[in-house]
Amino acid sequence: MFEIRIHSRGGQGGVTAARLIALAAIRDGKYATAFPFYGAERRGAPVVSFVRINEKPIKVYSQIRRPDMVVVLDASVMETVDVLHGLRPGGTVLLNSAHKSQFKDVKSYHVDLTGIALRENLVVAGSPILNTPVLGALAKLGIITAESAKKAIGEMFTDERNARAADAAFREVAA
Amino acid sequence: MLTVSTGNKAVAMAVKQAKPAVVAAYPITPQTEIVEQIAEYVTAKELATRYIAVESEHSAMAACIGAGVTGVRTFTATSSHGLLYMHEMTNWAAGARIPVVMANVNRALGPGWNIWAEHTDAMQERDTGWLQVYVASVQEAYDATLMAFRIAEHNDVLLPVMINLDGFLLSHIMQPLVADKIGDFIPPLHLPHAIDVTKPRGYGGLTGPDEHFKFRWDIERSMRDSRKVIEETQAEFNRRFGREYGWTEDYRCEDADVVVLSLGTLGKEAEMAVDSLRKEGIRAGSMRVRWFRPFPKLDLNGRDVVVIDRDYSFGFGGVLARSIEAKNRVDLFSVIAGLGGQEVTYDDIAGFIRNRRMGEEFWFGVSGDV
Amino acid sequence: MLKAAGPDSVLVVPACCTSVIQGIYPNTAMNIPVYNVGFATAAASASGMSAAFRSMGKKTNVIVYAGDGGTLDIGIQALSGAFERGTDFLYICYDNEAYGNTGMQRSGGTPLGAKTTTTPGGKTDFKKDIDAIVAAHEPPYQATACAAYPQDLFKKVQKALTFRGPTFIHVLAPCPPGWRYETGKSVEVGKLAVKSGMWVLYEREYGKLTITGPSKAAIKKPVPLEEYLAPQGRFKGIDRKALETLKQRVDRTLKRFAQEEAGVC
Repeated sequence: MFEIRIHSRGGQGGVTAARLIALAAIRDGKYATAFPFYGAERRGAPVVSFVRINEKPIKVYSQIRRPDMVVVLDASVMETVDVLHGLRPGGTVLLNSAHKSQFKDVKSYHVDLTGIALRENLVVAGSPILNTPVLGALAKLGIITAESAKKAIGEMFTDERNARAADAAFREVAA
Repeated sequence: MLTVSTGNKAVAMAVKQAKPAVVAAYPITPQTEIVEQIAEYVTAKELATRYIAVESEHSAMAACIGAGVTGVRTFTATSSHGLLYMHEMTNWAAGARIPVVMANVNRALGPGWNIWAEHTDAMQERDTGWLQVYVASVQEAYDATLMAFRIAEHNDVLLPVMINLDGFLLSHIMQPLVADKIGDFIPPLHLPHAIDVTKPRGYGGLTGPDEHFKFRWDIERSMRDSRKVIEETQAEFNRRFGREYGWTEDYRCEDADVVVLSLGTLGKEAEMAVDSLRKEGIRAGSMRVRWFRPFPKLDLNGRDVVVIDRDYSFGFGGVLARSIEAKNRVDLFSVIAGLGGQEVTYDDIAGFIRNRRMGEEFWFGVSGDV
Repeated sequence: MLKAAGPDSVLVVPACCTSVIQGIYPNTAMNIPVYNVGFATAAASASGMSAAFRSMGKKTNVIVYAGDGGTLDIGIQALSGAFERGTDFLYICYDNEAYGNTGMQRSGGTPLGAKTTTTPGGKTDFKKDIDAIVAAHEPPYQATACAAYPQDLFKKVQKALTFRGPTFIHVLAPCPPGWRYETGKSVEVGKLAVKSGMWVLYEREYGKLTITGPSKAAIKKPVPLEEYLAPQGRFKGIDRKALETLKQRVDRTLKRFAQEEAGVC
């Protein structure tokens, strides 16, 4: 089982990102579940959401304590939240940032999802959309296939800019 | 068709296919998504239902009853305080023999405000004459909702059915869902006592002890008859759609020395615990209780029994544990866990089973180590 | 009332005196279906029933018949909800100004000064103005009536049923045991309620007020309030201050109605 924890702020689309990733994994023929941390969420507060991907049906409903991967959609949450908490040894971090990240003993990748969203004018109510481009980066890292990432985005959104942003993230993600 | 859905949206999708004439509902977390989705279907004209946005849950059930007595299909959804607020009318729906179908998203009761999973809300409805089923996956939420209409409206039953799904754990999780074309799986409703202005009758007027007694017995007789209808419906569902459901979902119980019983999503997590215990050489099994009313006949003879209750009856005990004890005369280890959304992992459940203390009651997180 | 409604009608009855007078199961004294519902739920049950009939393309009249307790007190939330939602139904409140089935306890409909079993010294609060509350929902039609003027009630029921949407008729129903007067005097007491201005007969159509029947005269020149109170045991020994307050209230109400009808606000 592959477990992902997504860090974001309320209103940034972390839950939708989790759902998109799970949908893409299901389109890959795998089993997947996506769920938020069941708190009283407020806009702007740090929040987490979770994705589980497995070859077999998933029976676990409890939170993910030992993720294989951490996705940070908003780097500013790292000021108050230890995003590496519980990350398995040899685990992976994907950070939304234009700059190379400084993590010890983990495989870390970065991609400027915010910059990509702004470039594609993928902005809703003043906020750049991060949950569709992040799928491109995850496809590049081999978590889901690029084909299923596009399929999932197409099933949940009609605007083509989402797929273009995912393509850009696929190209731009770097170690 | 393979799609993805949350538990709430899966219920709404099944309701859409069942095509109730009237839905009357009031919002409450974590149920709201169900009625929002139904309202969207209605607004988009994908569903020709009269959606009554009532001003309370009490009125929601009253409106379902008022609509139902004309002979049409009705649905509502609620949770927690909303369910308790309609308690007078849940009794009324069963007594008036209106086959309302309701989804209840299990949530703790205040004070203080707690929006997370607990079964105490539905347990307080156990003596009302409602059939109750507890589900543990998005797929099962969808399937059980479809079956609920067929069971409730069967002329040997004509009692309301409540589908229970764990708040957030199941209502908000996204999982794969196979949605089917249902064809004639849910036949048209023929309510024998539907209001007919050409044959005026009085309904629910002053009723003396003798008649009242007969009506009560009639509810119980239908509750007993519902067992056959439930079995037939589940068999027919399996035949048509290839998904099998029983009174319980049994996992590795055949040769088990110890069986853990629970309701809802805990039962899935329990299967993981069983797998890990088996690796240690402990022959464990899981029996997830699906139907709570009518209460299933359980085969527990000769095994150790561990029961996890995500509910409590103060001054008495875990409702599931004490029900099993009363019906099966077994000695058991009663675990109270998961109240108010307390997290219970498969490791925790494995611990309950491994370190069981027969005859005792254990409050997880309160009573110290098991 | 049932005659005015015709055979394609269903009566929705919460707990009230009608729960008892319709007959004991399985008999009904009514010649239309009677559906008994939970005390607080008359308007909500009717909402569901109306929606169901309309979904089948049926025009069946859905008529609530509820007491003052079921309307002004425990049922007011459902009433407000149903009116706000534009439910297609007629709500008739027959008001005997107390909880009759349980032996005359104070309700929101009990007038100032009246003795009930829970206000043995006389009620210290005014009667709740449910008609103003209903009017605030702007229903297409609402009216008041009095059991002492059955022809007027008959016409108003007929008229109410010609409207689509929620309609309301508030009927004052004198109650011999509750109001403590001789049974034969019901018509007289009812007429005195109207003539004294304690009860005003009117219709409100799309908001426009029309004073009807004997209230036209009463509103200009009411008979002294004492003539209405005197035959009723519930007002026996009403203190002077309460009586004065009640009189002032009646004066003010009549003035308000007269001004509104004349278009002076």
